[in-house]
Amino acid sequence: MLEIAVARKIGSLELRIDLMLNRESVLVAGPNGAGKSTLLRLLLGVLSPDAGRIALDKRVLFDAEKGIDVAAEDRELGYLPQDYALFPHLDVIGNVKFGLSRLRRTDRQRHAEEWLERLGVAHLSRRSPGGLSGGERQRVALARALARSPRALLLDEPFASLDPVARRELRASLRAWLFEWRLPALIVSHDPADAVLADRIIVVERGRVVQQGTIDELRGAAASSFVAGFTAEPA
Amino acid sequence: MKLRAPTTWGSAQLLASALLGFFLLLPVVALFATLSWGDFLGGLRNPLLAPALRLSLVTTTSSLAIVVVLGSLLAWRVARYPGRASRWLETVAQLPAVIPPAVAGLGLLLAFGRRGLLGAWLDRHGIALAFTTPAVVLAEAFVSAPFFVQAAIAAFRRLDENLLVVSRTLGASPFRTFLRVGLPLAAPGLVAGAAMSWARAVGEFGATLLFAGNLTGRTQTMPLAVYTAMESDLRAAQALSLILVAIAFALLFVLRRMGPGAALPGTEARGA
Repeated sequence: MLEIAVARKIGSLELRIDLMLNRESVLVAGPNGAGKSTLLRLLLGVLSPDAGRIALDKRVLFDAEKGIDVAAEDRELGYLPQDYALFPHLDVIGNVKFGLSRLRRTDRQRHAEEWLERLGVAHLSRRSPGGLSGGERQRVALARALARSPRALLLDEPFASLDPVARRELRASLRAWLFEWRLPALIVSHDPADAVLADRIIVVERGRVVQQGTIDELRGAAASSFVAGFTAEPA
Repeated sequence: MKLRAPTTWGSAQLLASALLGFFLLLPVVALFATLSWGDFLGGLRNPLLAPALRLSLVTTTSSLAIVVVLGSLLAWRVARYPGRASRWLETVAQLPAVIPPAVAGLGLLLAFGRRGLLGAWLDRHGIALAFTTPAVVLAEAFVSAPFFVQAAIAAFRRLDENLLVVSRTLGASPFRTFLRVGLPLAAPGLVAGAAMSWARAVGEFGATLLFAGNLTGRTQTMPLAVYTAMESDLRAAQALSLILVAIAFALLFVLRRMGPGAALPGTEARGA
């Protein structure tokens, strides 16, 4: 379970978000500058909230009152940034092994190969990330994040850098994987088609949650023009 | 095919290029052209050469090590944590590039000399820096630091922020992220900066002369040996100079081979 109650002021944005995720996928939607990326950075621990508390499976990651702020490297969160951020100076397997420094050298190799296998990209193991397609890079990045057995997943616009065909294919795969893993997953997106990935949708505007529910619930009673646009049936 | 007639603007460019190119190249050509092979070999036997060459190698390697280690950390700080303090640090690190070398030497003397700001304290503890080999290293580090630091800041700023964040989420501490992601990806820029910085240190003259003096075997580096040789034997000075020119050419060649693309790590992984 991921419990989030954070407040942070950056420039003109005053972010204040309360959110609780069980073993479910939640889509965070909202217009540009609404604070979606800021929320991810607060959770990841690369930006500190001014106030609030973050807990993951009863482990407190941040508590302003108690002065707890667990370092980013110890938060056990799997993160998939928008462009997947594969390390260009390492090959595919090197990317996966990067996160496995806790394991013994021989286990590291085997474990990394297993995860590449599970995501169907074991054949790319010796390739350089530069030569991979967008879809392949996403799978490698997922393998890299999941190989560390994270307690929750954070995905930032997981399909934004893919072409429409790859997007449809990978969306279906990701949906099946998320169902299989049953991790709390927070997916930031402004593509309504990504709603199929999530059990519910949270709409953030100007740093606040303005509405949440399933896509049908939102469509029935849109609280803002953004929600109305986001949930509109494709023509 | 008929050639288009040159315009005045086009001719101005050609004329300016020819003039400046000629002016920049002529002194280098003169160094080679006015020295016979025999004079060159004779110059190489000048007793000033061996100690100066050895001292230059030792001191510039030392100053480069200091500049690269401290400069990399400073540049990382400035590039990754922007703010007022970083802007100040960056300006301070640029300062030696605009201060005349002789002025830098005087400043070093007033800071580290026997009666200097810090030198007086050092002197009481039995440490004398001025007019010693370590003073040469300090002078070279002082004048050459900006070249490395600037290149390193630029290289670190070009890094994709997401790569650094992902590295942290994969369990790497900030230091390990610097070591395993920051340094390798910025390496081409850092190497280019180190080469420019080293070239500046090799050529350092004014600050060394004022702060370290001109003592054969102790503080007389190659440029100072050229200066000293000129007083007695122009041919020897010329032979020493040619060695410096050869070093400069070798550096330039290496830098050109690395190419401008090498200074932009990580770009090949984007796009696709």
